[in-house]
Amino acid sequence: MNSEQTAETTVDTAADTTVDTVNQGDREVLVSVSGLKKHFPIMKGVFRRQVGAVRAVDGISFDIYKGETLGLVGESGSGKSTTGKVILQLEQATEGSATFDGIELTETKGEELRKLRPRMQMIFQDPHSSLNPRMTVASIIAEPLREHGKGNAESQRKRIDELLGQVGLSPMHANRYPHEFSGGQRQRIGIARAIALNPDFVVCDEPIAALDVSIQAQVVNLLEELQDDLGLTYLFISHDLSMVRHIADRVAVMYLGRIVELATVDNLYDDPQHPYTQALNSAVPVPDPVVEASRRRQILEGDIPSPSNPPPGCVFNTRCPLAEDRCRTEVPEWRDIGGGHYVACHLVDDKSA
Amino acid sequence: MLEVSNLATEFHTPDGVVHAVNGIDFELRQGEFLGVVGESGSGKSVTMMSLLRLIPMPPGKIVSGSAMFDGDDLLEMETSDLRKVRGGKIGFIFQDPMTSLNPVLTVGKQIGESLKLHTDATTRDAKRRSLELLELVGIPDAEQRLKSYPHELSGGMRQRVMIAIALACSPKVIIADEPTTALDVTIQAQIIEIVRDLRTKLGTAVIWITHDLGVVAGLADRVIVMYGGRIVEEARVADLYATPQHPYTRGLLRSIPRLDQKGSDLQTIEGQPPSLRKAPVGCSFAPRCEFAFDRCLTDTPQLTTVGFEHRSACWWDLDNERPRDEL
Ligand SMILES: Nc1ncnc2c1ncn2[C@@H]1O[C@H](COP(=O)(O)OP(=O)(O)O)[C@@H](O)[C@H]1O
Ligand SMILES: Nc1ncnc2c1ncn2[C@@H]1O[C@H](COP(=O)(O)OP(=O)(O)O)[C@@H](O)[C@H]1O
Ligand code: SF4
Ligand SMILES: [Mg+2]
Ligand SMILES: [Mg+2]
Repeated sequence: MNSEQTAETTVDTAADTTVDTVNQGDREVLVSVSGLKKHFPIMKGVFRRQVGAVRAVDGISFDIYKGETLGLVGESGSGKSTTGKVILQLEQATEGSATFDGIELTETKGEELRKLRPRMQMIFQDPHSSLNPRMTVASIIAEPLREHGKGNAESQRKRIDELLGQVGLSPMHANRYPHEFSGGQRQRIGIARAIALNPDFVVCDEPIAALDVSIQAQVVNLLEELQDDLGLTYLFISHDLSMVRHIADRVAVMYLGRIVELATVDNLYDDPQHPYTQALNSAVPVPDPVVEASRRRQILEGDIPSPSNPPPGCVFNTRCPLAEDRCRTEVPEWRDIGGGHYVACHLVDDKSA
Repeated sequence: MLEVSNLATEFHTPDGVVHAVNGIDFELRQGEFLGVVGESGSGKSVTMMSLLRLIPMPPGKIVSGSAMFDGDDLLEMETSDLRKVRGGKIGFIFQDPMTSLNPVLTVGKQIGESLKLHTDATTRDAKRRSLELLELVGIPDAEQRLKSYPHELSGGMRQRVMIAIALACSPKVIIADEPTTALDVTIQAQIIEIVRDLRTKLGTAVIWITHDLGVVAGLADRVIVMYGGRIVEEARVADLYATPQHPYTRGLLRSIPRLDQKGSDLQTIEGQPPSLRKAPVGCSFAPRCEFAFDRCLTDTPQLTTVGFEHRSACWWDLDNERPRDEL
């Protein structure tokens, strides 16, 4: 079922559908992940024998198109950070593939990987612990430039001033230390460092989670401006579903190491298909008492199982209000139900079927 | 039922004085759900800890104010009497249950101790009541859980235990300080549902502190907004969100995205939250406020009635786009 047929059969929503649907034919894939796994061994005893594994990422597949923001949401421990790190080769994949601009990253090592590094960067949650407290802002931002032999001292100096301007800081700030800045400003320093080498792809791992509410919008607006100016592609990891709706083009929902749904923002928030996405959406409070008073709430029972012992079948089956027998035994297939809307659930039908 | 007047708390640290809470007035009515919102450092926790005299003194110092509860001033009361109020008529729940639960006592022991301290329950009564309480907060296998230690429970289950302890002595008020901030959103939803349910069953008044404007929207009757150690606005929940009267509240509401609406531009409040190291002069929001004018820098605006049960501390009249004459 392709998007054109969908548009024909549901005439009244045709306009919406064409706007929502990512025209996959036209768009260039920058990052592609396929069957990716990362298992962390659990060691025990004096002989450090492996007794099990944390299945942090357990077989995920998706593409990220050039210039888009793919949101990656999920509760803590669902494997979001590990996904980002494995793509950037900060952690080694256990299985599966991750490509960047057509290059297989899991097989790229040493000098070759080093040469690719400037093109793929990461912004971390805690700007405090990711910035060296004993380095000035100038040397923090210059570090990647030096490491990759970009320009001489003079041109680096200029570049630092330019970067500080781009992230809304002033050249006056160059000789200060991280502790002299507020959380929002430190995050700006981290962003300046991440874009110093003109990357194509940036993994933003909870970049606003540690910031005050009134500062979050400042940083998100900055990330959006930089994306427009520099043509960046983002993987935006966050547990804040409302902010992801704001910033992302498409969104992937993770649960216990798996992606259970991936769709355009409008489809994911207005027409979620996976029972977990539906529950997650209904659990997020909306800052509007009128809306809250009339919302249908779906409360999930129980806790998230341990990733070292995930349930067989569908990983969500222990909390799913719709689970049937086969959900407890068969792993649901990850499939496109129409127009690039992917779901892994036995009970979801193809669109317009 | 609880009436707080002119409460001010400072911390005298080696680096100078922190003006954490700068003259706060509010009341809590019988059975009411009062939301307290504000960003980190705005003085939410210090306000509530001051009421129960739970701030470390020194370096903390309550420099002024009264807190009338059931005819007595909590700030003047004998420590021994106050101890009975804490965990008795006023129960509390904190963000991180691990810091308030005793790691070496079972859940059953902890609820039981509280019961025996505040009521004349026998060991057998306490056991039965503990079981009831765990069932009330939706803990499965309650009998088994009474024998569990805190570390054996998940974050959500620990927070339920905290709620059970807070409810143990049938308090008149529960003060909950960011009780769901550390929890995942589906677990937060479970806790909120329990609280919603318990309120209709028990009619306990609740003060719920949070930095999340979404959480209180669906729970509170009235909301207080804090900024820089002061209350800047107070209103019934519907009015606060529909017609905020303080520039900070309005700015904050426009800077947060909504799950139920398509992405639109986020407006920002420029600048940073205030440092509390200087004694506040004028309006503490003035350096970030798009409406600030000369008076804002010199005179401190007091909470003034701007509508029915609606008070705001601002020299600028947002609706009429002119300075307020009289405060
Ligand atoms: N280096 C590591 N060693 C062992 N387990 C890890 C490591 N990093 C992450 N994990 C585990 O993998 C799971 C997924 O973690 P993470 O990717 O950080 O999740 P998220 O970012 O969604 O919160 C968690 O159970 C976490 O404890
Ligand atoms: N023990 C303490 N010593 C010094 N300063 C403190 C102490 N406790 C709180 N403060 C300061 O008081 C101010 C208000 O803090 P708090 O009430 O915890 O804010 P909130 O709960 O709104 O995040 C902050 O500036 C904080 O640093
Ligand atoms: S008193 Fe002045 S500075 Fe403060 S919020 Fe009102 S207009 Fe802005
Ligand atoms: Mg993470
Ligand atoms: Mg606090």
